[in-house]
Amino acid sequence: MAETLRRTGERLAAPPPSAVRRLRHAVGGFLYRVPAARLALLLGPILLWMVVIYLGSLGLLFITSFWRQDSVTGAIVQNWGLTNYRFLVQEEVYRTIAIRTVGIALAVTVTDIVLAIPIAYYAARIASSRVRTLLLLSIVLPLWSSYLVRVYAWRTILSGDGVLNWSLHQLHLGSVNLGFSRWSLWIVFSYLWLPYVALPVYAALERIPNSLIEASTDLGARWRTTFRRVILPIAFPGIVAGSIFAFSLTLGDYIAPNLVGDTEFIGNVIYQNVGIANNIPFAAAYAIVPALVMGAYLLIARQLKAFEAL
Amino acid sequence: MSRDRAIEPRSVQWGMAVVTGLVLLFLYVPLFVIMLYAFNPARSQAWPLPGLSTRWFTATWNNADVRTALLTSLKAGVGATTLALILGSLAAFAVHRFRFFGRETVSFVLILPLALPGIVTGMALNSTINLGGELIGLSFSLWTIIIGHATFCVVVVYNNVIARLRRTATSLVEASSDLGADGFQTFRYVILPNIATALMAGGLLAFALSFDEIIVTNFTSGSEITLPKWIFNNLRLPNQRPVVNVVASVLLLVSLIPVYIAQRLTQESGGLVSGRAAVVPAIEASAEQAAVP
Repeated sequence: MAETLRRTGERLAAPPPSAVRRLRHAVGGFLYRVPAARLALLLGPILLWMVVIYLGSLGLLFITSFWRQDSVTGAIVQNWGLTNYRFLVQEEVYRTIAIRTVGIALAVTVTDIVLAIPIAYYAARIASSRVRTLLLLSIVLPLWSSYLVRVYAWRTILSGDGVLNWSLHQLHLGSVNLGFSRWSLWIVFSYLWLPYVALPVYAALERIPNSLIEASTDLGARWRTTFRRVILPIAFPGIVAGSIFAFSLTLGDYIAPNLVGDTEFIGNVIYQNVGIANNIPFAAAYAIVPALVMGAYLLIARQLKAFEAL
Repeated sequence: MSRDRAIEPRSVQWGMAVVTGLVLLFLYVPLFVIMLYAFNPARSQAWPLPGLSTRWFTATWNNADVRTALLTSLKAGVGATTLALILGSLAAFAVHRFRFFGRETVSFVLILPLALPGIVTGMALNSTINLGGELIGLSFSLWTIIIGHATFCVVVVYNNVIARLRRTATSLVEASSDLGADGFQTFRYVILPNIATALMAGGLLAFALSFDEIIVTNFTSGSEITLPKWIFNNLRLPNQRPVVNVVASVLLLVSLIPVYIAQRLTQESGGLVSGRAAVVPAIEASAEQAAVP
């Protein structure tokens, strides 16, 4: 009896904790007692990364835009001045390119909204739930498929002996010389960013309660009136939100103008100044233009939504 | 909403269906066309194709430049994904568990690299690397590609992990503590199994994003050639066209497979929208924030 008790007692005695285990307990205990330490450990890395690398780079971009390139040696001179900005304002070509870029970006944005509304409406309010899932997946997939390959596909289709002209020829419509113009740029950009617009518009339409639409119908409104007076105003903030991508992504592109266009975008000028001329300060100054335009667009978008909420 | 309860007249329903069909055609025809071109036996890009052949697949596989570029892209993708997994999930834990000053702006700042025009992000990183070269001997390399990619990949992991954390019951964590597990054990045996598929989905999407990025990469890579960069540099050379076609098709398929798997893993329609499309909720949230006072 006493023997058994002694053995049980032996079994209950814990072995001394190993050094690793003790350290783990010490660290774990400290982190448990001091939540601030836990937060610092979790948030510190990403905060450091985004502030130092990303926001720091954006700040440096702004600073660099006030420096200039030595015209003889080509080296960057870190003297503060408005040389680059003066050049940007005085040279008409840069103004033309900026206006063209913003203009095409706006055209693409409007086109994508017009194309996105029917498909989003169909998915949100008409299709059965199975068709809706399939439809959403079909909209999302191109969004994740290779961007460059999609531009390249259009380059192939639009070229003189490509699919487009062949099809038109088969239909006896003659050939259009669409390949590599502003029109082709407009089509390709609208193609590229359509999913980005369609998804937020879908989300906005999907949120509209059925009761509102039923009330409108019960009060005698035809579908057209309900759409114009009830659905569209409620979905409007979502439409504006979706338009942000189409606009921003067109604004910052230089690959598509290079591959399917015949004109230069702001991005092309920047790319050439970094790659060939190596005039980093001027490129930085020109990069401030799309950043400012985008900032203005976001402000207007916010204003429109605030207007809506009143 | 079922079809018979829809308030839309038949004509509107049919009209929307037709437009939807046309838009889907518009979205998918170019993808099929470029897939077909990979099997084009001729060097010319003329349509219709004279036949179908797999001869250029062999030529592509044996192309040394393509292999080097593929390897660089894989390294950059793995590096950026690893960093994004660590940074993104830590940030998701922080935002999920704690209330702190500026908590609402975290997702907004994370999404900025994707929301701002690509040329702005690229140019900003480029001028930093340039100055870094003068000051501390930084140079354009695989590492600068990885740093650039990780910056915009973080948000993809973050969105997937935080969505999963929000759906995980806190009672599980409490139960684990009550049963005597320390923080590490709770993480290892309770939290990690719960978020494993979200991490995998986020990682796959981050990899897909990194693997075909070119707009920012051109500004951060110097002389390193990634696969998209190789296509961009070679697609004008008539001699290289068949190889470019094959690489393009492979790139297209490779970027679609992880997306499909990620969709199966998360089983939520919102999971895939976590790339650029997540800007919308972020902006809406910050607009609401600003509108409150």
